[in-house]
Amino acid sequence: MHDMSAHAATHGAPTSFIRKHVFSTDHKVIGKQYYALALVAAVVGMFLSWIMRIHLGWGSFAIPGLHLLSSTGAPGDVMTPEYYLQLMTMHGTIMVFFVLTTAPFAAFGNFFLPIQTGAEDMPFPHFNMMSFWVTFVAFLVMVAAFFVPDGPTLGGWTQYAPLSAVGAVGGPGQGLGVVLWAASIGIFCIGQLLGSLNFITTTLDMRCKGMSLLRLPLSAWGWFITSIMGLTAFAVLMPACILLILDHVAGTSFFVPSNLVINGQILPHSGGSTLLWQHLFWFFGHPEVYIAIVPGMGIVSHVLITNMRRPMLSHRVLIYSMGALAVLSYMVYGHHMFVSGMNPVSSIAFSFPTLVITIPSTIVVLIWLGSLYGSKLRINSASLFALGFISMFISGGVSGFFLAQPSLDIMLHATYFVVGHFHLVMGVAAMFGIFAGTYFWFPKMTGRMMNETLGKTHFILSFIGAYCIFMPFHYLGMAGNVRRYQAFTDDYLIPLIPVHKFITIAALFTGFAQLIFIYNLIYSRFKGPHAPNDNPWEGTSLEWSTATPPPHNNFGDKMPVVYHDPYQYSVEGASADYIMQTSPEKISSPDEEK
Amino acid sequence: MATTIHEPPKIDLDRLPGQGSGNGGWRNLVPAGGDLRRVKPSSPPPASTGIWVGLAAITMTFAAFTSALIVRQGSSPDWQHFPLPRILYLNSLIIIASSLTLEMARRHISSFMAARSEVAKNQGSAPARWLYVTLGLGLLFVAGQSFAWLQLRSEGFGLATNISYSFFYVLTVAHALHLLGGLGGLVRVIGKLNHYTLRRSTLNATSLYWHFMGALWLYLLLLLWMKL
Repeated sequence: MHDMSAHAATHGAPTSFIRKHVFSTDHKVIGKQYYALALVAAVVGMFLSWIMRIHLGWGSFAIPGLHLLSSTGAPGDVMTPEYYLQLMTMHGTIMVFFVLTTAPFAAFGNFFLPIQTGAEDMPFPHFNMMSFWVTFVAFLVMVAAFFVPDGPTLGGWTQYAPLSAVGAVGGPGQGLGVVLWAASIGIFCIGQLLGSLNFITTTLDMRCKGMSLLRLPLSAWGWFITSIMGLTAFAVLMPACILLILDHVAGTSFFVPSNLVINGQILPHSGGSTLLWQHLFWFFGHPEVYIAIVPGMGIVSHVLITNMRRPMLSHRVLIYSMGALAVLSYMVYGHHMFVSGMNPVSSIAFSFPTLVITIPSTIVVLIWLGSLYGSKLRINSASLFALGFISMFISGGVSGFFLAQPSLDIMLHATYFVVGHFHLVMGVAAMFGIFAGTYFWFPKMTGRMMNETLGKTHFILSFIGAYCIFMPFHYLGMAGNVRRYQAFTDDYLIPLIPVHKFITIAALFTGFAQLIFIYNLIYSRFKGPHAPNDNPWEGTSLEWSTATPPPHNNFGDKMPVVYHDPYQYSVEGASADYIMQTSPEKISSPDEEK
Repeated sequence: MATTIHEPPKIDLDRLPGQGSGNGGWRNLVPAGGDLRRVKPSSPPPASTGIWVGLAAITMTFAAFTSALIVRQGSSPDWQHFPLPRILYLNSLIIIASSLTLEMARRHISSFMAARSEVAKNQGSAPARWLYVTLGLGLLFVAGQSFAWLQLRSEGFGLATNISYSFFYVLTVAHALHLLGGLGGLVRVIGKLNHYTLRRSTLNATSLYWHFMGALWLYLLLLLWMKL
């Protein structure tokens, strides 16, 4: 019998196609699978947003072929009000779960966390494989809702009760559509829990010799902190989904109150609490915002440092701030419920930490800006998108100050102001983080370079386009334009329709700009020039000290040993302007070593 | 600030792949100056950390169920109290006993593992007897829970009869499903033990999970007893 003290994750390279590329336990393959899934999901989500925007700008315009998606939802290729809400729900759900959670955290994290920690693989590679395939099944279940008789649910990505729990009487998609939604998200939670388990254990137990926690790059810290949030948040959303499904299929009354009349029909449920769903959902929902954005913070910091050729003003404070965001994210969730009729004292209790959470956010931003000040930043696609991330994060974050105050939120909550806020701070910022990571790590992931001209063009068009779309949302919100309406027929809303038309044109324009990225991604994958060496950006962390693309066990025949902090750039007296973590070179530095 | 120059640490660079990752230090972080010689040779096995991470997730799930129960009970006067099926108390004794038998198994296996290094690989048989007893008690517990569900159903109390019954079924079924995972873990441990490939960390992680399932059941029983 062997009581092996050596650690897990020591599996041989697979030989069959299926084990190598499909049901692979290699974290790098799984990372690429997650990335591909997120890319498909992003295309679906963007397509849905295009359809919605066209409808908002020109309500009677027939979109050719739309009836093929749903003959009842879009008779004559013009969508019904209900179908607009169904598409909106699917857009939000797919983007939040299958893009913003999947790409920056699961995709890049899977590929690079083990490498940046100096591990051969994740500690539980089979769980890791399961986490992707479970997520894939969740996506299929979600998309399947398009093809069931009533179509997908129309309740919004938050699925507020009682509408989400009453069944088919609530409208199209509120029967089977909701069940599919809740089942998909429940399955998705299992996948993320398995992933988080691996991420946390990798960070704690799999670091190579010399890699103390503070020597981890900021990107690894972003994934580590996110995985802790994922573990605690998805573990709460999953039971909420189970209870929601039971209200549908078993006739229980968790969320449906007594004597509820819908469409002239008294429902048989009794005593359910509509607020219970909101509490369970937002206990997950607000950390989810940070699950989407903290990996981006880490990635952007990592990219900027490499291109600034100097470390951040404070490595530690940046880590502590990201950690503070994670902790505080659980204390602020009630600010999503200011208009739910909660006790004003509770509103104040949630408002205060909401304002407090701006402190670590501001510290992070100030560290970025202070570090950038006076630096000779290398301008490339990755660094541009990193700058864009900061810009979007600031622009979207500033409007958070307004929404954090209950008295203002009551006025703004149901308007486009909120739509503009969260799209900038959580959606576009996170997307820019994904783009920054893609342009930066593409050579390591594929062995080829992306086209820089196309990348910079992609950035300029996306940057301008995103602001053209989402800044006017704030204006619309302040003008009282309610959100989730499929048409604007009230007198005070009619003058705002030209703004919606402008936004629609901007959305189409920005969407087409993403085709440049997709072309660049696919073309460069197969035809792009080979990476000149294993470290084309002259980085210092472990991913740049191994082969390109990395071998099955990440580091070939020698395990790495780490001697330095992650960002030793412009070190006085060093042979080059950077010292890799694995370099045993003598160092003369005031900051060595943590 | 002082500037320091130090010699590169002497360290064995020929650590071969396949020996597993780790060694980055957990409590023994690399000290300032980067003296790698002070790093202990290995970190804890991932299974011993991973099991705590997994238990944290399960704790969060049942905390969510508990808070849902408390909020739902207080939100409406429709809550019905009912006596718990008596077999649940017997089941509690069974699951406590299973923890004790698992500890017996762990002791036997520990001493067997220590002895194994001294004797030839094929000699002797692995002490899986107490593990089989634990497995049997676990199955008995699941059977007992199933009996409780059937008993309630035969009396006309189903999942949707009242919200208190809903929570009873949800909590007990969720626990039973998690316990089935523990049974799977025990089967895996027995298999590995019989093939002499069992790791101490796997055994410890499985034991911890099983004991946690026992403690979780006692907590749920107390909660249900108080609330129902």
